[in-house]
Amino acid sequence: MAERQKHVVAKVSDFEGTDRKLVEVKGRPIVIFKKGDEWFGMLDRCPHQGGSLCSGSLISWVESSGPGDYRMSRKDEIVRCPWHGWEFDIRTGVACARPTKYRARPVGVSVVKSEETETVGNLELYDVSREGDLVVVEL
Amino acid sequence: MNVEARPNPLKTQSVELGIADCDVHPNPASLEDEVFPFIEQKWRDYIATYGMVQRIGFAGGTQYPKGQPRASRRDSYPPEGGPPASSLSFFREQHLDAHNVDMAVMIPLRIGQALQNMDLAVAVCAAINEWQTEFWTSKEPRIKGSIVMAYENADACVQQIEKHAHKDDFVQISMLSRTPDPMGHRKYWPIYEAAAANGLPVGVHAFGYGGNPPTGGGYPSYYIEDMMAHAQSCQALITSMVYEGVFDRIPDLKLVIVEGGIAWLPSLMWRLDKIWEKNRLELSHVKRPPSEIIRQHVWLTSQPIEEPDNRQQLVEAIEWMGWDRVLYASDYPHWDFDDPKRALPVQLTKEQRDGFFRGNAYKAYGLS
Repeated sequence: MAERQKHVVAKVSDFEGTDRKLVEVKGRPIVIFKKGDEWFGMLDRCPHQGGSLCSGSLISWVESSGPGDYRMSRKDEIVRCPWHGWEFDIRTGVACARPTKYRARPVGVSVVKSEETETVGNLELYDVSREGDLVVVEL
Repeated sequence: MNVEARPNPLKTQSVELGIADCDVHPNPASLEDEVFPFIEQKWRDYIATYGMVQRIGFAGGTQYPKGQPRASRRDSYPPEGGPPASSLSFFREQHLDAHNVDMAVMIPLRIGQALQNMDLAVAVCAAINEWQTEFWTSKEPRIKGSIVMAYENADACVQQIEKHAHKDDFVQISMLSRTPDPMGHRKYWPIYEAAAANGLPVGVHAFGYGGNPPTGGGYPSYYIEDMMAHAQSCQALITSMVYEGVFDRIPDLKLVIVEGGIAWLPSLMWRLDKIWEKNRLELSHVKRPPSEIIRQHVWLTSQPIEEPDNRQQLVEAIEWMGWDRVLYASDYPHWDFDDPKRALPVQLTKEQRDGFFRGNAYKAYGLS
Protein backbone atom coordinates (compact mmCIF):
# COMPACT_ATOMS: atom_id res chain seq x y z
CA MET A 1 0.00 0.00 0.00
CA ALA A 2 1.35 3.38 -0.98
CA GLU A 3 2.43 5.57 1.90
CA ARG A 4 0.10 8.42 2.72
CA GLN A 5 1.25 11.88 1.79
CA LYS A 6 0.18 15.25 3.06
CA HIS A 7 -1.30 17.68 0.58
CA VAL A 8 -2.02 21.33 1.26
CA VAL A 9 -5.29 21.82 -0.57
CA ALA A 10 -6.78 25.09 0.66
CA LYS A 11 -6.46 28.05 2.96
CA VAL A 12 -8.57 28.18 6.09
CA SER A 13 -9.79 31.55 4.86
CA ASP A 14 -11.33 29.78 1.84
CA PHE A 15 -13.97 28.53 4.26
CA GLU A 16 -15.28 31.95 5.23
CA GLY A 17 -18.98 31.86 4.48
CA THR A 18 -19.03 28.15 3.63
CA ASP A 19 -18.69 24.91 5.53
CA ARG A 20 -17.30 22.82 2.68
CA LYS A 21 -14.98 22.70 -0.29
CA LEU A 22 -14.38 20.18 -3.03
CA VAL A 23 -10.73 19.48 -3.92
CA GLU A 24 -8.91 16.89 -5.98
CA VAL A 25 -6.06 14.87 -4.50
CA LYS A 26 -4.19 12.26 -6.52
CA GLY A 27 -6.96 12.44 -9.10
CA ARG A 28 -9.62 11.72 -6.51
CA PRO A 29 -12.41 14.15 -5.56
CA ILE A 30 -12.32 14.90 -1.83
CA VAL A 31 -14.92 16.92 0.03
CA ILE A 32 -13.74 18.82 3.10
CA PHE A 33 -16.23 19.88 5.77
CA LYS A 34 -15.50 22.47 8.46
CA LYS A 35 -17.51 22.31 11.65
CA GLY A 36 -16.35 24.99 14.08
CA ASP A 37 -12.69 24.22 14.66
CA GLU A 38 -13.02 20.64 13.46
CA TRP A 39 -12.24 19.39 9.97
CA PHE A 40 -13.51 16.32 8.17
CA GLY A 41 -12.76 14.85 4.76
CA MET A 42 -14.40 12.17 2.62
CA LEU A 43 -14.05 10.72 -0.82
CA ASP A 44 -16.67 12.73 -2.71
CA ARG A 45 -18.50 9.72 -4.07
CA CYS A 46 -21.45 8.17 -2.29
CA PRO A 47 -20.73 4.43 -1.94
CA HIS A 48 -24.31 3.70 -3.06
CA GLN A 49 -24.53 5.15 -6.59
CA GLY A 50 -21.76 7.73 -6.66
CA GLY A 51 -23.56 11.00 -5.86
CA SER A 52 -21.35 13.96 -4.92
CA LEU A 53 -21.55 14.26 -1.13
CA CYS A 54 -20.29 17.84 -1.40
CA SER A 55 -23.74 18.79 -2.70
CA GLY A 56 -25.47 17.06 0.21
CA SER A 57 -26.91 18.69 3.29
CA LEU A 58 -25.34 18.38 6.74
CA ILE A 59 -27.97 17.29 9.21
CA SER A 60 -28.23 16.02 12.78
CA TRP A 61 -28.15 12.47 14.04
CA VAL A 62 -31.76 11.48 14.69
CA GLU A 63 -32.49 8.57 17.02
CA SER A 64 -35.75 7.02 18.16
CA SER A 65 -36.63 4.48 20.81
CA GLY A 66 -39.97 3.82 19.09
CA PRO A 67 -42.91 5.42 17.29
CA GLY A 68 -43.68 8.90 18.59
CA ASP A 69 -40.22 9.48 20.03
CA TYR A 70 -37.16 11.05 18.48
CA ARG A 71 -34.02 12.76 19.68
CA MET A 72 -31.63 14.91 17.72
CA SER A 73 -27.96 15.35 18.49
CA ARG A 74 -24.60 15.93 16.81
CA LYS A 75 -25.79 18.88 14.76
CA ASP A 76 -24.32 19.01 11.23
CA GLU A 77 -22.31 15.80 11.65
CA ILE A 78 -24.30 13.66 9.23
CA VAL A 79 -24.02 14.23 5.50
CA ARG A 80 -27.10 13.33 3.46
CA CYS A 81 -26.39 12.33 -0.14
CA PRO A 82 -27.94 14.83 -2.61
CA TRP A 83 -29.37 12.00 -4.68
CA HIS A 84 -30.99 9.18 -2.70
CA GLY A 85 -30.61 10.54 0.81
CA TRP A 86 -28.19 7.92 2.19
CA GLU A 87 -26.81 9.39 5.44
CA PHE A 88 -23.18 9.06 6.55
CA ASP A 89 -21.42 10.00 9.78
CA ILE A 90 -18.77 12.51 8.72
CA ARG A 91 -16.50 11.34 11.58
CA THR A 92 -16.45 7.69 10.53
CA GLY A 93 -18.11 7.38 7.11
CA VAL A 94 -20.51 4.79 8.51
CA ALA A 95 -23.96 4.67 6.86
CA CYS A 96 -26.63 5.54 9.45
CA ALA A 97 -29.36 3.28 8.06
CA ARG A 98 -27.25 0.21 7.23
CA PRO A 99 -23.84 0.41 8.93
CA THR A 100 -22.82 -2.95 7.52
CA LYS A 101 -23.87 -2.22 3.95
CA TYR A 102 -22.12 1.01 2.97
CA ARG A 103 -19.30 3.11 4.31
CA ALA A 104 -18.20 6.41 2.87
CA ARG A 105 -14.43 6.72 2.83
CA PRO A 106 -13.13 9.19 5.42
CA VAL A 107 -9.93 11.09 4.71
CA GLY A 108 -7.74 12.78 7.31
CA VAL A 109 -7.87 16.58 7.31
CA SER A 110 -5.89 18.93 9.53
CA VAL A 111 -4.81 22.55 9.72
CA VAL A 112 -1.22 23.77 9.88
CA LYS A 113 0.33 27.20 9.98
CA SER A 114 2.03 28.23 6.79
CA GLU A 115 5.45 28.29 8.44
CA GLU A 116 4.96 24.63 9.37
CA THR A 117 4.37 23.52 5.79
CA GLU A 118 7.99 23.25 4.75
CA THR A 119 7.74 19.47 4.91
CA VAL A 120 4.44 19.35 3.04
CA GLY A 121 4.74 18.83 -0.68
CA ASN A 122 2.45 19.60 -3.59
CA LEU A 123 1.69 23.13 -2.50
CA GLU A 124 1.87 24.56 -6.00
CA LEU A 125 -0.40 21.86 -7.33
CA TYR A 126 -3.39 23.27 -5.48
CA ASP A 127 -2.78 26.94 -6.16
CA VAL A 128 -2.46 27.69 -2.46
CA SER A 129 -0.04 30.36 -1.36
CA ARG A 130 2.06 29.77 1.76
CA GLU A 131 0.21 32.29 3.95
CA GLY A 132 -1.90 32.01 7.09
CA ASP A 133 -3.46 28.74 8.19
CA LEU A 134 -3.61 25.98 5.62
CA VAL A 135 -5.80 22.90 5.23
CA VAL A 136 -3.98 19.62 4.76
CA VAL A 137 -5.39 16.36 3.44
CA GLU A 138 -3.65 13.08 4.14
CA LEU A 139 -4.03 10.56 1.36
CA MET B 1 -29.27 -22.15 -10.51
CA ASN B 2 -27.57 -21.27 -7.27
CA VAL B 3 -29.74 -18.44 -6.00
CA GLU B 4 -27.32 -17.59 -3.21
CA ALA B 5 -24.48 -16.70 -5.55
CA ARG B 6 -23.36 -13.13 -4.85
CA PRO B 7 -21.95 -11.36 -7.86
CA ASN B 8 -19.47 -8.52 -7.73
CA PRO B 9 -21.61 -5.72 -6.31
CA LEU B 10 -19.66 -2.99 -8.07
CA LYS B 11 -20.04 -4.28 -11.61
CA THR B 12 -20.60 -1.36 -13.92
CA GLN B 13 -22.39 -1.41 -17.24
CA SER B 14 -21.68 -0.13 -20.69
CA VAL B 15 -23.32 -0.59 -24.05
CA GLU B 16 -21.55 -0.02 -27.32
CA LEU B 17 -24.16 2.42 -28.58
CA GLY B 18 -25.75 5.20 -26.60
CA ILE B 19 -28.41 4.25 -24.10
CA ALA B 20 -32.14 4.93 -24.13
CA ASP B 21 -33.46 6.63 -20.99
CA CYS B 22 -37.21 6.22 -20.78
CA ASP B 23 -37.99 8.79 -18.09
CA VAL B 24 -36.57 12.29 -17.75
CA HIS B 25 -38.29 15.42 -16.50
CA PRO B 26 -37.36 18.73 -18.09
CA ASN B 27 -39.12 21.67 -16.48
CA PRO B 28 -40.09 25.09 -17.78
CA ALA B 29 -37.70 27.72 -16.41
CA SER B 30 -40.86 29.77 -15.96
CA LEU B 31 -44.46 28.87 -16.79
CA GLU B 32 -45.17 32.51 -17.63
CA ASP B 33 -42.30 32.83 -20.10
CA GLU B 34 -42.25 29.40 -21.71
CA VAL B 35 -45.73 27.89 -21.50
CA PHE B 36 -48.21 30.75 -21.21
CA PRO B 37 -47.41 32.06 -24.71
CA PHE B 38 -49.09 28.90 -26.02
CA ILE B 39 -52.24 29.51 -23.95
CA GLU B 40 -55.04 31.85 -25.00
CA GLN B 41 -55.25 35.13 -23.09
CA LYS B 42 -58.60 34.04 -21.64
CA TRP B 43 -56.96 31.16 -19.81
CA ARG B 44 -54.01 33.24 -18.69
CA ASP B 45 -56.48 35.65 -17.10
CA TYR B 46 -58.34 32.70 -15.61
CA ILE B 47 -55.17 31.29 -14.06
CA ALA B 48 -54.22 34.70 -12.66
CA THR B 49 -57.68 34.99 -11.10
CA TYR B 50 -58.57 31.47 -10.00
CA GLY B 51 -55.34 29.49 -10.16
CA MET B 52 -54.96 25.93 -11.37
CA VAL B 53 -56.93 23.71 -9.00
CA GLN B 54 -56.07 20.03 -9.17
CA ARG B 55 -58.21 17.08 -8.26
CA ILE B 56 -56.61 16.64 -4.85
CA GLY B 57 -57.27 18.06 -1.43
CA PHE B 58 -53.91 19.78 -1.14
CA ALA B 59 -54.13 22.71 -3.50
CA GLY B 60 -50.74 24.18 -2.68
CA GLY B 61 -48.58 21.36 -3.94
CA THR B 62 -48.15 17.63 -4.06
CA GLN B 63 -49.89 15.34 -1.60
CA TYR B 64 -46.66 14.54 0.23
CA PRO B 65 -43.40 16.45 0.61
CA LYS B 66 -40.55 14.82 -1.29
CA GLY B 67 -37.22 13.28 -0.33
CA GLN B 68 -35.37 16.37 -1.55
CA PRO B 69 -36.56 19.91 -2.50
CA ARG B 70 -38.46 19.90 -5.83
CA ALA B 71 -38.06 16.11 -5.64
CA SER B 72 -34.70 16.71 -7.30
CA ARG B 73 -31.05 15.89 -6.97
CA ARG B 74 -29.47 18.77 -5.07
CA ASP B 75 -26.74 18.99 -7.69
CA SER B 76 -29.17 19.36 -10.60
CA TYR B 77 -29.83 23.11 -10.35
CA PRO B 78 -28.50 24.80 -13.50
CA PRO B 79 -25.58 27.19 -12.91
CA GLU B 80 -27.49 29.96 -14.70
CA GLY B 81 -30.43 29.63 -12.28
CA GLY B 82 -33.93 28.21 -12.64
CA PRO B 83 -35.34 24.89 -11.49
CA PRO B 84 -33.64 21.52 -12.10
CA ALA B 85 -33.67 20.37 -15.75
CA SER B 86 -34.81 23.75 -17.03
CA SER B 87 -31.59 24.43 -18.93
CA LEU B 88 -30.95 22.45 -22.09
CA SER B 89 -27.19 23.07 -21.97
CA PHE B 90 -26.89 21.81 -18.39
CA PHE B 91 -29.23 18.90 -19.16
CA ARG B 92 -26.85 17.91 -21.94
CA GLU B 93 -23.77 18.34 -19.78
CA GLN B 94 -24.99 16.64 -16.60
CA HIS B 95 -27.06 13.89 -18.17
CA LEU B 96 -27.12 13.28 -21.94
CA ASP B 97 -23.39 13.65 -22.53
CA ALA B 98 -22.26 12.39 -19.14
CA HIS B 99 -24.17 9.12 -19.48
CA ASN B 100 -24.01 8.61 -23.24
CA VAL B 101 -27.80 8.90 -23.60
CA ASP B 102 -28.88 9.04 -27.22
CA MET B 103 -32.61 8.90 -26.57
CA ALA B 104 -34.25 10.47 -23.53
CA VAL B 105 -38.03 10.36 -23.21
CA MET B 106 -39.33 13.45 -21.44
CA ILE B 107 -42.47 13.12 -19.36
CA PRO B 108 -43.85 16.44 -18.09
CA LEU B 109 -45.41 16.14 -14.64
CA ARG B 110 -47.66 18.21 -12.38
CA ILE B 111 -48.84 20.21 -15.37
CA GLY B 112 -52.39 20.30 -16.59
CA GLN B 113 -53.45 16.67 -16.80
CA ALA B 114 -55.92 16.66 -13.92
CA LEU B 115 -57.06 20.22 -13.42
CA GLN B 116 -60.61 20.39 -12.15
CA ASN B 117 -61.62 22.90 -14.82
CA MET B 118 -61.68 20.56 -17.80
CA ASP B 119 -61.40 23.25 -20.45
CA LEU B 120 -58.41 24.75 -18.66
CA ALA B 121 -56.85 21.28 -18.40
CA VAL B 122 -57.20 20.81 -22.14
CA ALA B 123 -55.67 24.25 -22.85
CA VAL B 124 -52.71 23.75 -20.52
CA CYS B 125 -51.96 20.23 -21.83
CA ALA B 126 -52.06 21.49 -25.41
CA ALA B 127 -49.62 24.25 -24.45
CA ILE B 128 -47.28 21.77 -22.75
CA ASN B 129 -47.08 19.77 -25.96
CA GLU B 130 -46.13 22.91 -27.90
CA TRP B 131 -43.59 23.77 -25.18
CA GLN B 132 -41.94 20.32 -25.44
CA THR B 133 -41.43 20.82 -29.15
CA GLU B 134 -40.38 24.47 -29.03
CA PHE B 135 -37.97 24.31 -26.09
CA TRP B 136 -36.64 20.74 -26.14
CA THR B 137 -37.26 18.27 -28.97
CA SER B 138 -36.69 20.74 -31.83
CA LYS B 139 -33.41 21.83 -30.25
CA GLU B 140 -32.05 18.45 -29.21
CA PRO B 141 -32.85 15.38 -31.33
CA ARG B 142 -31.80 13.04 -28.51
CA ILE B 143 -34.83 14.22 -26.51
CA LYS B 144 -38.26 12.83 -27.37
CA GLY B 145 -41.56 14.07 -26.02
CA SER B 146 -44.69 12.49 -24.55
CA ILE B 147 -48.08 13.74 -25.70
CA VAL B 148 -49.65 15.15 -22.55
CA MET B 149 -53.44 15.09 -22.31
CA ALA B 150 -56.36 15.88 -20.02
CA TYR B 151 -57.26 12.22 -19.93
CA GLU B 152 -60.66 12.67 -18.29
CA ASN B 153 -61.72 14.17 -21.62
CA ALA B 154 -61.07 11.45 -24.19
CA ASP B 155 -62.27 13.53 -27.16
CA ALA B 156 -59.72 16.26 -26.41
CA CYS B 157 -57.04 13.58 -25.97
CA VAL B 158 -57.75 12.10 -29.37
CA GLN B 159 -57.40 15.57 -30.90
CA GLN B 160 -53.98 16.03 -29.30
CA ILE B 161 -52.90 12.56 -30.40
CA GLU B 162 -53.99 13.19 -33.98
CA LYS B 163 -52.22 16.54 -33.95
CA HIS B 164 -48.84 15.33 -32.70
CA ALA B 165 -48.49 11.56 -33.08
CA HIS B 166 -47.04 11.67 -36.59
CA LYS B 167 -44.18 13.97 -35.55
CA ASP B 168 -40.73 12.62 -34.76
CA ASP B 169 -40.80 14.77 -31.64
CA PHE B 170 -43.12 12.41 -29.74
CA VAL B 171 -42.73 8.71 -28.92
CA GLN B 172 -45.63 8.03 -26.56
CA ILE B 173 -48.95 9.14 -25.11
CA SER B 174 -48.66 10.22 -21.47
CA MET B 175 -50.99 9.33 -18.61
CA LEU B 176 -50.49 9.20 -14.84
CA SER B 177 -51.18 6.10 -12.79
CA ARG B 178 -53.62 7.53 -10.22
CA THR B 179 -56.65 8.07 -12.40
CA PRO B 180 -60.10 8.87 -10.94
CA ASP B 181 -61.37 5.51 -12.23
CA PRO B 182 -59.48 2.28 -12.87
CA MET B 183 -57.54 2.56 -16.08
CA GLY B 184 -59.46 -0.18 -17.85
CA HIS B 185 -62.62 1.96 -17.67
CA ARG B 186 -64.31 2.34 -21.06
CA LYS B 187 -64.16 6.14 -20.92
CA TYR B 188 -60.41 5.85 -21.58
CA TRP B 189 -60.70 3.45 -24.50
CA PRO B 190 -60.79 6.15 -27.22
CA ILE B 191 -57.36 7.27 -25.96
CA TYR B 192 -55.99 3.73 -26.21
CA GLU B 193 -57.52 3.24 -29.65
CA ALA B 194 -55.97 6.45 -30.95
CA ALA B 195 -52.58 5.58 -29.45
CA ALA B 196 -52.62 2.12 -31.03
CA ALA B 197 -53.84 3.45 -34.37
CA ASN B 198 -50.85 5.82 -34.41
CA GLY B 199 -48.39 3.15 -33.31
CA LEU B 200 -47.45 4.87 -30.05
CA PRO B 201 -47.43 3.26 -26.61
CA VAL B 202 -49.33 4.73 -23.69
CA GLY B 203 -46.70 5.61 -21.09
CA VAL B 204 -48.22 5.61 -17.61
CA HIS B 205 -46.03 7.43 -15.13
CA ALA B 206 -46.47 7.03 -11.38
CA PHE B 207 -48.39 9.76 -9.51
CA GLY B 208 -51.43 11.65 -10.72
CA TYR B 209 -54.35 13.41 -9.15
CA GLY B 210 -57.32 11.11 -9.30
CA GLY B 211 -58.71 12.37 -6.02
CA ASN B 212 -58.53 8.93 -4.41
CA PRO B 213 -56.17 8.14 -1.52
CA PRO B 214 -52.87 6.72 -2.75
CA THR B 215 -53.41 3.39 -1.02
CA GLY B 216 -56.40 1.08 -0.87
CA GLY B 217 -56.36 1.72 2.89
CA GLY B 218 -56.52 5.50 2.76
CA TYR B 219 -53.98 8.25 3.25
CA PRO B 220 -50.74 7.02 4.85
CA SER B 221 -48.57 9.09 7.17
CA TYR B 222 -45.29 9.19 5.32
CA TYR B 223 -43.89 10.10 1.91
CA ILE B 224 -42.11 6.75 1.81
CA GLU B 225 -45.56 5.10 1.91
CA ASP B 226 -46.71 7.33 -0.94
CA MET B 227 -43.75 6.01 -2.94
CA MET B 228 -44.49 2.43 -2.03
CA ALA B 229 -48.10 2.90 -3.12
CA HIS B 230 -47.02 3.30 -6.74
CA ALA B 231 -46.57 -0.44 -6.98
CA GLN B 232 -50.15 -0.82 -5.77
CA SER B 233 -51.64 1.63 -8.24
CA CYS B 234 -49.63 0.16 -11.13
CA GLN B 235 -50.77 -3.36 -10.24
CA ALA B 236 -54.34 -2.10 -10.02
CA LEU B 237 -54.20 -0.40 -13.42
CA ILE B 238 -52.66 -3.41 -15.17
CA THR B 239 -55.24 -5.67 -13.54
CA SER B 240 -58.03 -3.35 -14.63
CA MET B 241 -56.82 -3.10 -18.23
CA VAL B 242 -56.32 -6.86 -18.56
CA TYR B 243 -59.58 -7.91 -16.94
CA GLU B 244 -61.67 -5.21 -18.64
CA GLY B 245 -60.49 -6.70 -21.92
CA VAL B 246 -58.68 -3.60 -23.18
CA PHE B 247 -55.93 -5.62 -24.84
CA ASP B 248 -58.44 -8.03 -26.40
CA ARG B 249 -60.34 -5.08 -27.81
CA ILE B 250 -57.22 -3.18 -28.97
CA PRO B 251 -54.65 -5.80 -29.97
CA ASP B 252 -52.03 -3.23 -31.04
CA LEU B 253 -52.06 -1.34 -27.74
CA LYS B 254 -48.68 -0.98 -26.03
CA LEU B 255 -48.38 0.01 -22.38
CA VAL B 256 -45.22 1.30 -20.67
CA ILE B 257 -45.41 1.57 -16.88
CA VAL B 258 -42.99 4.21 -15.63
CA GLU B 259 -41.51 4.55 -12.12
CA GLY B 260 -43.59 1.98 -10.30
CA GLY B 261 -40.84 -0.57 -9.64
CA ILE B 262 -40.52 -3.86 -11.47
CA ALA B 263 -40.10 -6.89 -9.24
CA TRP B 264 -43.79 -7.16 -8.37
CA LEU B 265 -44.82 -7.96 -11.93
CA PRO B 266 -44.07 -11.72 -11.89
CA SER B 267 -46.18 -12.35 -8.80
CA LEU B 268 -48.98 -10.21 -10.25
CA MET B 269 -48.97 -12.33 -13.41
CA TRP B 270 -49.11 -15.55 -11.38
CA ARG B 271 -52.03 -14.25 -9.35
CA LEU B 272 -53.96 -12.87 -12.33
CA ASP B 273 -53.66 -16.19 -14.14
CA LYS B 274 -54.83 -18.14 -11.11
CA ILE B 275 -57.92 -15.98 -10.59
CA TRP B 276 -58.74 -15.81 -14.30
CA GLU B 277 -58.73 -19.58 -14.65
CA LYS B 278 -61.34 -19.90 -11.93
CA ASN B 279 -63.64 -17.01 -12.83
CA ARG B 280 -64.40 -17.46 -16.50
CA LEU B 281 -68.04 -16.61 -15.95
CA GLU B 282 -67.06 -13.05 -15.05
CA LEU B 283 -64.11 -12.78 -17.41
CA SER B 284 -65.21 -14.68 -20.52
CA HIS B 285 -64.17 -11.69 -22.64
CA VAL B 286 -60.53 -12.22 -21.64
CA LYS B 287 -59.42 -14.82 -24.14
CA ARG B 288 -55.86 -15.58 -23.08
CA PRO B 289 -54.05 -16.05 -19.78
CA PRO B 290 -53.31 -12.59 -18.30
CA SER B 291 -49.59 -13.35 -18.11
CA GLU B 292 -49.54 -13.95 -21.86
CA ILE B 293 -51.32 -10.64 -22.48
CA ILE B 294 -48.92 -8.77 -20.20
CA ARG B 295 -45.82 -10.32 -21.80
CA GLN B 296 -47.08 -9.13 -25.18
CA HIS B 297 -48.36 -5.65 -24.33
CA VAL B 298 -46.68 -4.32 -21.18
CA TRP B 299 -43.19 -2.93 -20.50
CA LEU B 300 -41.86 -1.57 -17.22
CA THR B 301 -39.17 1.07 -16.77
CA SER B 302 -36.46 0.19 -14.30
CA GLN B 303 -36.21 3.20 -11.99
CA PRO B 304 -36.43 3.25 -8.99
CA ILE B 305 -34.98 -0.22 -9.35
CA GLU B 306 -35.20 -2.65 -6.47
CA GLU B 307 -31.90 -3.14 -4.64
CA PRO B 308 -31.95 -6.48 -2.81
CA ASP B 309 -28.78 -7.22 -0.83
CA ASN B 310 -28.33 -10.18 -3.14
CA ARG B 311 -28.63 -8.46 -6.52
CA GLN B 312 -28.89 -11.81 -8.26
CA GLN B 313 -32.44 -12.08 -6.90
CA LEU B 314 -33.40 -9.06 -8.99
CA VAL B 315 -31.96 -10.79 -12.06
CA GLU B 316 -34.20 -13.76 -11.33
CA ALA B 317 -37.27 -11.53 -10.99
CA ILE B 318 -36.50 -10.01 -14.40
CA GLU B 319 -36.08 -13.49 -15.87
CA TRP B 320 -39.53 -14.41 -14.54
CA MET B 321 -41.11 -11.53 -16.48
CA GLY B 322 -38.73 -11.59 -19.46
CA TRP B 323 -35.62 -9.52 -20.22
CA ASP B 324 -37.43 -7.92 -23.15
CA ARG B 325 -39.96 -6.29 -20.79
CA VAL B 326 -37.73 -3.89 -18.86
CA LEU B 327 -36.55 -0.48 -20.10
CA TYR B 328 -33.80 1.53 -18.44
CA ALA B 329 -34.90 4.86 -16.95
CA SER B 330 -32.96 7.41 -14.90
CA ASP B 331 -35.74 9.78 -13.71
CA TYR B 332 -33.26 12.65 -14.08
CA PRO B 333 -33.27 15.18 -12.38
CA HIS B 334 -35.29 13.66 -9.57
CA TRP B 335 -33.73 12.64 -6.30
CA ASP B 336 -34.24 8.92 -6.79
CA PHE B 337 -32.30 9.07 -10.08
CA ASP B 338 -30.66 5.78 -11.11
CA ASP B 339 -27.19 6.14 -12.60
CA PRO B 340 -26.93 3.81 -15.61
CA LYS B 341 -23.49 2.69 -14.51
CA ARG B 342 -24.80 1.58 -11.11
CA ALA B 343 -28.49 0.76 -11.62
CA LEU B 344 -28.07 -2.93 -12.35
CA PRO B 345 -24.74 -3.94 -10.83
CA VAL B 346 -24.68 -7.57 -11.88
CA GLN B 347 -23.03 -9.54 -14.64
CA LEU B 348 -25.29 -9.44 -17.71
CA THR B 349 -25.02 -11.07 -21.10
CA LYS B 350 -24.51 -8.73 -24.03
CA GLU B 351 -28.05 -9.44 -25.18
CA GLN B 352 -29.52 -8.64 -21.77
CA ARG B 353 -27.46 -5.48 -21.42
CA ASP B 354 -28.18 -4.14 -24.88
CA GLY B 355 -31.90 -4.89 -24.51
CA PHE B 356 -32.19 -3.33 -21.06
CA PHE B 357 -30.28 -0.16 -21.92
CA ARG B 358 -31.43 0.33 -25.51
CA GLY B 359 -33.06 -2.29 -27.68
CA ASN B 360 -36.19 -2.91 -25.60
CA ALA B 361 -36.99 0.80 -25.62
CA TYR B 362 -36.64 1.09 -29.38
CA LYS B 363 -39.04 -1.84 -29.78
CA ALA B 364 -41.54 -0.46 -27.28
CA TYR B 365 -41.60 2.95 -28.95
CA GLY B 366 -41.62 1.48 -32.44
CA LEU B 367 -38.32 3.08 -33.43
CA SER B 368 -35.51 1.59 -35.46
